[in-house]
Amino acid sequence: MGISRRKFLGWFGGLSATAATAASTAIAGGNHHFEGHPDTMGVLHDINRCIGCRKCEEACNTVNELPKPEKPFDDLSVLDQKRRTHADVYTVVNQFKIGNEKKHVHVKKQCNHCMEPACASACFVKAFKKMPNGSVVYDESVCVGCRYCMIACPFNIPAYEYDNAFSPKVTKCTLCYPRVQKGLLPGCVEACPKEALIYGNRKELIKIARERINKHPDQYIDHIYGEHEMGGTSWLYISGTPFSEIGMREDLGVTSAPELTSGPLSAVPIVVGLWPVLLTGIYAISKRKDKVAEEEKAEAVKAAENAADEEMKKQIAKIKQDAAKDKEAAIKREVKNALDEAAKEAEEKAKAAAELTETADAAPEKKEDE
Amino acid sequence: MEIFYSLQEFMTYSKGITYLIMGAILILMPLYWLFLTDRDEKKETY
Amino acid sequence: MMERPSRISIKPMITPINVVLGIILAIGCVLTVLRFTGGLSVVTNLDDNNPWGIWIGFDLLCGVALAAGGYTTSSACYIFGLKRYHSAVRPAILTAFLGYALVVLALHYDVGRPWRLPFPIFWQQGTTSLLFEVGLCVFLYLTVLFVEFTPAAFEWLGFPKLREKIVKLTILLTILGVVLSTLHQSSLGALYTIVPSKLHPLWYSGYLPVYFFISSMFAGLSMVLFEGSLAHKYMHDKMDETHLRESEGIVLGFGKAASFIMAGYVAIKVIGLSVDNNWHYLFTGYGAWFLLELIGFVALPAFVYAIGVREKNIRLIQRTAVWTVLGIILNRFNISLIAFNWHLPSAERYFPGWMEIAVSLFIVAIGIVIYRFVTTHMPILYEHPDYRSDH
Repeated sequence: MGISRRKFLGWFGGLSATAATAASTAIAGGNHHFEGHPDTMGVLHDINRCIGCRKCEEACNTVNELPKPEKPFDDLSVLDQKRRTHADVYTVVNQFKIGNEKKHVHVKKQCNHCMEPACASACFVKAFKKMPNGSVVYDESVCVGCRYCMIACPFNIPAYEYDNAFSPKVTKCTLCYPRVQKGLLPGCVEACPKEALIYGNRKELIKIARERINKHPDQYIDHIYGEHEMGGTSWLYISGTPFSEIGMREDLGVTSAPELTSGPLSAVPIVVGLWPVLLTGIYAISKRKDKVAEEEKAEAVKAAENAADEEMKKQIAKIKQDAAKDKEAAIKREVKNALDEAAKEAEEKAKAAAELTETADAAPEKKEDE
Repeated sequence: MEIFYSLQEFMTYSKGITYLIMGAILILMPLYWLFLTDRDEKKETY
Repeated sequence: MMERPSRISIKPMITPINVVLGIILAIGCVLTVLRFTGGLSVVTNLDDNNPWGIWIGFDLLCGVALAAGGYTTSSACYIFGLKRYHSAVRPAILTAFLGYALVVLALHYDVGRPWRLPFPIFWQQGTTSLLFEVGLCVFLYLTVLFVEFTPAAFEWLGFPKLREKIVKLTILLTILGVVLSTLHQSSLGALYTIVPSKLHPLWYSGYLPVYFFISSMFAGLSMVLFEGSLAHKYMHDKMDETHLRESEGIVLGFGKAASFIMAGYVAIKVIGLSVDNNWHYLFTGYGAWFLLELIGFVALPAFVYAIGVREKNIRLIQRTAVWTVLGIILNRFNISLIAFNWHLPSAERYFPGWMEIAVSLFIVAIGIVIYRFVTTHMPILYEHPDYRSDH
């Protein structure tokens, strides 16, 4: 065959290269921190600049070809009520009255396009996907309609077509993925007359936000909402009013959805690996115990049988002994009887003889006495 | 090898393989048990 | 096939129970048509903030927990070698199989496109989702339960050879059943680990999967006790001597097991409180509700079980089983409905509509009808004379 040195080294190089890539990806499971795709885009929403004109809502409705609402978009009376996204409303602007002042703060609400989307983590058919450009998109063609994504979303964004019997969809903002692919701006960003929305690379947006906060510390709270919330989001917010006062939860934490579920998920394969061993072990032990118990039982029966045998033998022996004794006794008795009889006979004979001699001897004796 | 930009992508990939391994374990473990106890005295099954 | 005239009771068809069942089934059929022609909004109070209602909270979460009797009973008998529980295995397997089948049926009502339910398993796997784990395990376990149940059907239909083959697989199926049950029972709890911001801290815990798994054990045991007492009342004539003789021992044994597992459950719930330092929440309204659940529906029934076991009071144990089952339902409702979205204003909270409740009752009614059919026709509560002591 003859492997040339060069070829060998080539293979070796290839091997080490794979090893290197394997290492870099394998680290991912350890303490690796994922930064997201470098091309991740996002939108910076400067809440201080928002005037609540609802132009973004209108643009969203148009570009997504959604049904027109009952009240037109220039009717600002809808701002009196707190609203959320719905099946045919991907974005809403809410108005908040702050303190006793007549100050109104307007906040736009839509999908935040998480860096680690909870909806994607929760979906059991992978219907949600974080695209390299930052959009979290939804694939209607596989959706079963379980609505776990809606449960999982910490921002309560995905909505569902509850009145659709045959092909209900989950709906939400796509960060205008189709438009962005064509090189256009997201509908809402394009429509905003006040530049309260800026579309750009997420890292750049964070820099801009930081600059504005640093430049005007009196106008902004020192917090970029979305930089770290739930592992970070593509949408970022800066505001002069505390976020919790304008309907944005500050208690969400920084742990992303996949991190929250990674513990239980990692327990699953361990159970699969160890439960069969544990359960088979218990089964084998209980089986073995049964077997031992059975053997002991059998032994006990045998022992009982043996004991019974022994007893029997003893009894037989005793009977035999008794019989022997009886026999002996009988013989003895017979012998004795015989002897006795013989003795009696002899005695009687002797007596008779004695009587005979007595009568014969009686006269001379008498003579002698006289 | 894929490059993963998010934990979500990484977990989709790694859990996918892990599920396949789980399936293999569930098939192989009983077979291995049979191999292990093959020469034991025949015992009655339920 | 043996005709056993002595066991087939001739009961009048029009009994109060049958009338009620009939009404529920009729209403259910109408609602089914409404659901599948008008969509979820016609029959449910679900909205965008509350996407899961009682069809998940009761039909799925409670249904799966209360069907845990299958794996607890079969593992006690076949794995732990407690053969005196043997006569409890078949009814438990049957109810577990029916329970899971009904859970899957209920999911057809809840999900938007039920014909796509096989998608996550066969088409595109969302492996990072705990719901995927649940779906996969429920699918596999339903199959396992079906196979475990077939011997009874084969005895009824008269296929001794097929039956023989399945019976040989008993241990394998039992172990597989326990593995799958461990996984999906716990994963149902783990579904909620993704929402620390929506579920009240007293119920949210990293231990949620453990809580769900452990509570499923005593849920299953209590459900076996509860069904047993019902079956004794209404199906007494179907039971053979073995079943009747063993039943007292089963009640005492299961009551004892449930009681001790519940004590352990209370212990780990307290540990959960301590680990997350949630003590201060106990002094709020939700805290009182939490204590009602933990003390009133776990600790107390556990204690009453213990009294029942010590005094060999069968009635008391059976009543405690109902209590415990109610406690499980309360716990699952708390997690899925009451403590979920607790931060939302009450106007945005969910309360089930009557049609949702009717559909849930409809599904339970289907279960009762099928259970009665199967227990009257197949050797569930008695051993088939041709296969006696053959297990």
